[in-house]
This record gives sequence, C-alpha cells and structure tokens, in this order.
Amino acid sequence: MADGGDTNLMAQATPRRGSFTRAGRGNGERIFRAVVTAAAALVLVIVVGLGIDLVWESRQAIAQFGFGFLTSQRWDPVHQRFGALPYIFGTVVTSLIAIALALFIGVGTALFLTELAPERLKTPLATLVELLAAIPSVVYGLWGIFVLAPFLRSTVEPFLHNTLGFIPLFSGPQIGLGLLAGGVILGIMILPTVAAISRDVIRVVPREQREAAYALGATRWEVIAGVVLPYARSGILGAVILGLGRALGETIAVTMVIGGRPQITHSLFSLGYTIAAVIANEFTEATYQLYLSSLFELGLILLLITMLLNVCARLLVWRITRGAPGTVTV
Amino acid sequence: MSIIAAQGIPSSLSGTRWQRRKLVNALMLVLIVLALVVSLVPLIAVLAYVVINGLPGLSGSLFTKLPRPVDVGAGGMANSMVGSLLIVGIASVLGTALGIAGGVYLAEYGHGRFAILVRFFADVLSGIPSITIGLFVYVLLVVPMKSFSALAGAVALAILMLPLVVRTTEEMLKLVPGSLREAGMALGVPRWRVVLSVMLPAAVSGIITGTLLAVARIAGETAPLLFTAFGNEFWQRSLLKPIDAVPLRLFKYAIGPYDVWHRLAQGAVLVLILFVLLLSVGARYYAGRNRLQRP
Repeated sequence: MADGGDTNLMAQATPRRGSFTRAGRGNGERIFRAVVTAAAALVLVIVVGLGIDLVWESRQAIAQFGFGFLTSQRWDPVHQRFGALPYIFGTVVTSLIAIALALFIGVGTALFLTELAPERLKTPLATLVELLAAIPSVVYGLWGIFVLAPFLRSTVEPFLHNTLGFIPLFSGPQIGLGLLAGGVILGIMILPTVAAISRDVIRVVPREQREAAYALGATRWEVIAGVVLPYARSGILGAVILGLGRALGETIAVTMVIGGRPQITHSLFSLGYTIAAVIANEFTEATYQLYLSSLFELGLILLLITMLLNVCARLLVWRITRGAPGTVTV
Repeated sequence: MSIIAAQGIPSSLSGTRWQRRKLVNALMLVLIVLALVVSLVPLIAVLAYVVINGLPGLSGSLFTKLPRPVDVGAGGMANSMVGSLLIVGIASVLGTALGIAGGVYLAEYGHGRFAILVRFFADVLSGIPSITIGLFVYVLLVVPMKSFSALAGAVALAILMLPLVVRTTEEMLKLVPGSLREAGMALGVPRWRVVLSVMLPAAVSGIITGTLLAVARIAGETAPLLFTAFGNEFWQRSLLKPIDAVPLRLFKYAIGPYDVWHRLAQGAVLVLILFVLLLSVGARYYAGRNRLQRP
C-alpha cells in the first residue's frame, strides 16, 4: 500500500491547516487515486495474466498434439503421449450429476426460503444453507471417503442396481468410490450457490405479480409455477451455470473420492478421473517438460470453460438483479 | 357460475377440478419443504461426523508434536498449524489491503467503462477454479524463486480472497449515505481524506464482516497450496521455503492407508472446521448486530 495512504490515516484526526491548500490537496488526491486505481487494475492484470500464462506454459503440448489432445484417450507419461478425453469425460459426468441434484434441491430450498418460510425462520434457515459453503473442500473429501462412499456402496448403489439395473448407467460392480460419489459430493458443494442465487433472483419477482395471481384464485403452487418461476427463469439458469462452473473446477473433494482411474465407461458406479484431480495428483510428479505442459493445457481447458460459463451466468444474473448485491458473495 | 367455480370461490370447494388443484398444490408444497430438509441433511451429517470422530482424535500431541513416520507413533501437526496461520495471515493482510483499495476505487471513483470491466473481472476471478490459481502462482513465483514457499502459498490465497473483498468493500461503501460524503466535501476536505476519515469508518463493520468471511473461505483451501506451499514435515522458519498447512496434511493423511493417519486427520478436521465456522458464524453475528440500513 502506498506511503501516502498510511501517513494520512495517522493524521486523520487532526487535519493540519496546510493540508487543505490547493497544492496539498492536489497531491494527496492524486496519490490516493493512483493507489486505489492500481489496486482495481490488479484484478484485471491477474485474470489476463492467468490466461496468458496458461497458454504460454501449454504451448509445447498444443504444438505437439493439436486438437488431438482433446480427443485422444491415451494418457501415457511413459511413452510421452497425452490425451485429455477421459478427464474431460469424468469432469463432465460428475458435474452433470451435481447439477441434476443441486438444481431441484437448490431451487426447492430457494422457493421455501422466499415463498413458504415464516418470516422469523427465513434468515436462520438461509444462514444454515449458506454454512454448507463454508465447509472446506478437504473436509467434504474426508467425509466422502469415510461416510458417503461406504454408504453408496452398501445402500444406494445396490438399490439403484436392483431397481434400474437394466439401464447401463446403473450396472456394473458397486465400489462406492467413483463417478457417482464425486457427483454427489459436488452436488452438495454447489447446492448453497444454486440456492442462494436462486433465492436472490426469486426475491426480485415483483410483489404485484404474485398478488395479481392470488387475486385470480391461484393456489400457492400455481403462483410459483405460473408467475414466480417463469419470471425468475433466466436468473435460475444463471445460478445453475455458476454452480456448474464451480463443480467443474472443484478439486480436492473430488480427487479424494473419484478413484483416480482415467477411463470412459457407461456405468456411474465405476472409477473415474477429473481434469482438476489429475492436475492435483500429477503436477508435482511431472518429470519432463511435455508432461508438465500437458498438465498446464488441462488447466487451460478448465480455465476457458469455467470463464465462459461464468461470463454467461453473470450476464444472466446481472440482468435480473441489475447488479444488486446478493446476500452472499459467491 | 362455472367460471367463478374454476377460480376457486369457496362455494365451489367440492368441485373435482378444485380438488385436483388443491392436491397438486399440497403435493408440490410438501416437495418444496422436503427440498429444504434434504439440503440441511449434508450439513448435519458432515458436522456430526466431524464432531463424533474428531473428539477422540483431539490430543495435546496434535498441537505440540511434529509429524512422524507411521511406525514410530502418531506424532502431531504442530508445524502444519503454524504454517497455516502464517500463510493465511500473510494472505489476509495482502488480500484485505489490496481488496479494500480496489473496492474504494469502484465505489468512489469508478464510474466509467474501466470500472465496469473491473467489476466484471472481479466476478469472473471469483469463479476461476482455485487450482488454476495455484498453477498461475507456481509460474509466477515458485519457478523464478526456485522453491516452493509460504510466500507463494499466501499470494495464491490472497488472489482467491481479492475479488471477495473488492466487491464487499464496494457494496458497503455504497450503503453509506451520500450526505455524509457531501458534508465532508462541503467543509473543504479533499475527497481522499473524506474517504479515509468518513466513508470507510462508516462502512467498517460491513467490510470487516466480508473480510472475515473471505478469510474463512481461504483458510480451508487445499488446491492452490499444492504447488505453492507444497508442505513439509518439520519446522520451517523461512517464508521462502516449502511450508506445511493443515489442509495439505489432511489431504495426505485422509487418502493415506494408515489408521494412525486417519485418526490424526479426524482430530485435525475438527480443529479446522471449528476455526472456519467460528470465523464464518462470528462474521454473520457481527454483521447482524451492526447492519447498515439501506438508505
């Protein structure tokens, strides 16, 4: 931080007369303004720098494999062949499971918090849901290994296998760890994001719209389905896309329960691998430049997808709430 | 009459169509309540697991001893805890100072296109996966300095924290009534002095809340530390050398094969989650008491 800012903070209680002269004011103002502008510009510099950095570091892999990197299934450090498809597959599958879970539960929760909850309970309940977001990723991972995965193996997966086993998705050996476990953990982790943003966009549905529908004799659900949800639709879509972006990039919890096997399978019960997880596991072990470069390219893919999703989502949510702050920063 | 009936006038409550609408209504409302219940289950399950399994794992040695090889006994995580405090401490100072400055720019000076861009990029930055920020700092600091370090870890966490503090500061400053600023300016006080002596003090409780929430968020982060702080097994006095952190050690111990490790991890998880939740709940409580009203 600038010297100007600090010394002036100390002098703030008793401004000396001299400091109000034209020259003094000009200088202080100029320095202060330069400092805060630089800090704001830092945000831009970081994002742009991050993008350039990852492109530069992955240049070797891009030159070597081209688009084949995205379509090849072979990840073979021993023979210097690198393809990202199994990781992209694992990332997409776990994220889709997460979104499927978080969409219904998250929007349902948001509806409860805005439309049904008694006024006294609204804030405490919303805080509880938000606390889910405060639990660190590594804690979810630990819980996933010791509680969720055994539970999936002993209860959920056999149940799905026995009732829906004719669908390939739910066939195969039931291990507990794997794509399903990763997806469920991610679903839990993005639930507060989806719920909080949905609540924010549902809250701005004009009161008159609801009242008009009630006046026509609509039931509560009919008001929700006919007025509230259509009005908030694009904002909820934004919430879901933001959640998706978060799910794609989430690392540690998934790394701990996904099983770490790069393969493309039809069964949700099988082990898998995600982009973020392979970077976490292999980056410090990458022994030669092309290997490292391939991992950077995976990072670049992740960055591009999440940035794209984020930009879309922010535009959607911004348009609804007109940039008004949500109660949580997500 | 039939139109009125369809619209639910009480005299027609016996109509089958109305019955069906009532049924659908009840069913969907039950589903909505169920959604809330389901969304609270993981919170309760995780907290219950952490407390039940963590309490037996808590011991003095967790806080006082260094990690040991598995066959020599349990050991502790003293160095990881000190490392975490160091990294998070430095990151908080960096992230708060820069974040507040950036937020002041957006709230007080940011009217043009540049400000819109900064605001947008701050939101984008807060959605960038933390592991890619780890990669970025690896190239930025670890490679040139030829060593993993506490400093690199702190910078990575500060970057994670930055957009959160920027946006909170901006929002909180915007809640301060403009008349306060005008009163200051009318006394002939320069704008920067008004910001420092009037606006920031008026918004300080909200900024503190937002900052505490941001610290709580970064305190449990693992992914950005993997390639920056890296971790080690002993006391590290230098900020320019690899250092351990609680989330890093938790990650290692939880996926490791030894029961001794799992027990230690479960004790440490309780400590970590207490730290994070205290910060997070404390911040909310503080905010509840000192809320600035929207003008």
